[in-house]
Amino acid sequence: MARRPIYLDHAATTTLRPEAAEAWLRVSHDVGNPSSLHAAGRAARRVVEESREQAAAALGVRPSEIVFTAGGTEADNLAVKGFAWAHEDRRAIVCSPIEHHAVLDPVEWLVAHHGYEVRYPAVDALGRVDVQSLEALLDDEVAVCSVMWANNEIGTVQPMAAIARSCRERGIPFHSDAVQALGMIPMDATLPGLTAFTLSGHKIGAPVGVGALVIDRDATIAALIHGGGQEREIRSGTVDAAGIAAFAIAVDHAVGEQAELAARLVALRTALVEGVLSTIPGTELQGDPGAGVDERLPGNAAITFDGCEGDALLMLLDAVGIACSTGSACTSGVPEPSHVLLAMGVDGATARGTLRFSLGRESTPDDVEALLEALPSVVERARRAGRPRLVSRS
Amino acid sequence: MRVLAALSGGVDSAVAAARARDAGHDVVGVHLALSKVAHVSGSRGCCSAEDARDARRVADMLDIPYYVWDMHEEFRESVIDDFVAEYQAGHTPNPCLRCNESIKFAAVLDRALALGFDAVSTGHYARLIDTPGGRELHRAVDPAKDQSYVLAVLQADQLAHSMFWLGDSFKDDVRAEAHDRGLLVAAKPDSHDICFIPDGDTAAWLRDRLGEQPGDIVDAQSGDRVGAHQGAYAFTIGQRRGLSLAAPAVEGERRYVVDVDVRSNTVFVGSADLLGIATIEAIDPRWTQTPLSGSFDATVQVRAHGEPLSATVDILDDDILDDDSLDDDSGARWRITLHETLRGVAPGQAAVLYDGTRVLGSATIDATAP
Repeated sequence: MARRPIYLDHAATTTLRPEAAEAWLRVSHDVGNPSSLHAAGRAARRVVEESREQAAAALGVRPSEIVFTAGGTEADNLAVKGFAWAHEDRRAIVCSPIEHHAVLDPVEWLVAHHGYEVRYPAVDALGRVDVQSLEALLDDEVAVCSVMWANNEIGTVQPMAAIARSCRERGIPFHSDAVQALGMIPMDATLPGLTAFTLSGHKIGAPVGVGALVIDRDATIAALIHGGGQEREIRSGTVDAAGIAAFAIAVDHAVGEQAELAARLVALRTALVEGVLSTIPGTELQGDPGAGVDERLPGNAAITFDGCEGDALLMLLDAVGIACSTGSACTSGVPEPSHVLLAMGVDGATARGTLRFSLGRESTPDDVEALLEALPSVVERARRAGRPRLVSRS
Repeated sequence: MRVLAALSGGVDSAVAAARARDAGHDVVGVHLALSKVAHVSGSRGCCSAEDARDARRVADMLDIPYYVWDMHEEFRESVIDDFVAEYQAGHTPNPCLRCNESIKFAAVLDRALALGFDAVSTGHYARLIDTPGGRELHRAVDPAKDQSYVLAVLQADQLAHSMFWLGDSFKDDVRAEAHDRGLLVAAKPDSHDICFIPDGDTAAWLRDRLGEQPGDIVDAQSGDRVGAHQGAYAFTIGQRRGLSLAAPAVEGERRYVVDVDVRSNTVFVGSADLLGIATIEAIDPRWTQTPLSGSFDATVQVRAHGEPLSATVDILDDDILDDDSLDDDSGARWRITLHETLRGVAPGQAAVLYDGTRVLGSATIDATAP
């Protein structure tokens, strides 16, 4: 591979921020359990609490509302199961069909093993939840409503204010997976009716293995992990001072740099999308074509290539050093047609032919240029492979 | 050459891929997800997670790219559905052969060629020998591992894009080589079962799909009812185990399944000498090279690890008119006259013809006669 690697998969994970790496390593060197009562413990606890305050200030919430977890998936599980089990008389869950599996799977697990009922609102062709359809599902049977802030696959930003208001009017806890939104679009954490939201460290330049569920202080939630009673007895387990220090500094930077980053990425993304659609026939942008930060994640370009298998495109791009994604993949690596695209009414073949390019802090015009240069021959080859039968036989 | 190395997660495909890489080829590893079984929890199916992980680790250690290709729909349609239908028709299919014919050296090969690869490499034990007359498929040197039987369905255009790296090796040496290369799969046990029936209980697996169909087990000579079964489809000619016979056999001799009639749902049993056959008829031939015609002597093998037997082969209804179309030979039928008696041959098995170690072709047995 002659060329430098081109990384266009920042929504999967992004580069560690130097300042987060510095904090992570610095705190790691100090012994001390934040729950211990001696000087070493107090020092570690101080790091945790200062970090909590730093993140809270950046997000515009109270420090006590932040519950640190080992990542976004844990925080989503905590929200779904924790709110469901805190309101055991309520037996229904409302969630959008385009949620990340970290929300969908715990919901489906509650349905399969605990007799819950799941209600899915309609999603339009741009991947946006229909608020009226959602409102019709909200009644006093609903224990929790979960709708992501912005979709990870197609980038569509969801109507947060309207959904939060609807939940608030009916006294229903509303959770939002904000993993992709943080640092990319403005987030109003004080939105009336927003009960909890999920954050993940490694999507914003902190290490993998740390995240948070931010929970309104008046909300009641059941713990999933029991033990030492850390994090307001909501999340037991030795508190990860080093990870939290790195996470807080990354949150601070991500929020502070959001507007500038978004403006830069919207321009890059527009060049990418226009470049692909104008030079390669049979291509189509999925999700909201609008460039506003209330419409689409700035770094997201989800593009369908007619007559191609997404995994063939991915492999051919990988061979020339360009990294992208086909949407969510199971751990064994088997590509599935995206449940997000299917929920939007896209047919299976189109869904299979869709790639997600996601830009991040370090993306440059050169990256987009390299992609536009490589794509035509890659797509041509993948199209031939899409209709194979080169070997004749009976 | 650009080589797609199929990595099953086992030792053979790992060493084959390593040899392909060492030979200077540009190798990409692909694990085929062939069957999807329900995951313990969660909503998505996953496939043989341990094998997929082992395959990935092999690719890591060889420093080659690695991908999973989802072929479970093609596999279900071409192999599993065919397997069930064949048993339902009272035949005995070989799913490995079907998989080679329609998945590995068809769907996978087609896709690989379209994506710019030149060949597909697998860990099969067989030899490819290029001669002035074309590429020949031969038995492996290790008789215990020889897999030429399940590859005999491959035709010239498939063999042209195939690579088998283990045909000159003995299994023990392949394991030792895997160990020397530091491949973690070196000591992994061989797989023997049908991959989509992991517990090896084919009869129970078929019963789940076809339901219980109680019927009689009848003595082939006396016509007496000697037992009951839960579905004639689950029995194979030559089978001795799994027959719960009420009436003891005369003189205590062992009884075998000698015929299966799925239409009347009857299993016929009898002594071993009723299993003897002298002629075999087979249809739907595949030739590794130019189709042969007329009458000739060859050796024939009817099971993956069966004895090769000498025979005279007559090609009947030989209606090949057009040399450049290998697809027009489906009307041909082989009549194989054995020079010695063979026991327990079931319709659906493949009859593979050899000239010495060289594979001539394969056809599906559809009738036998004593």
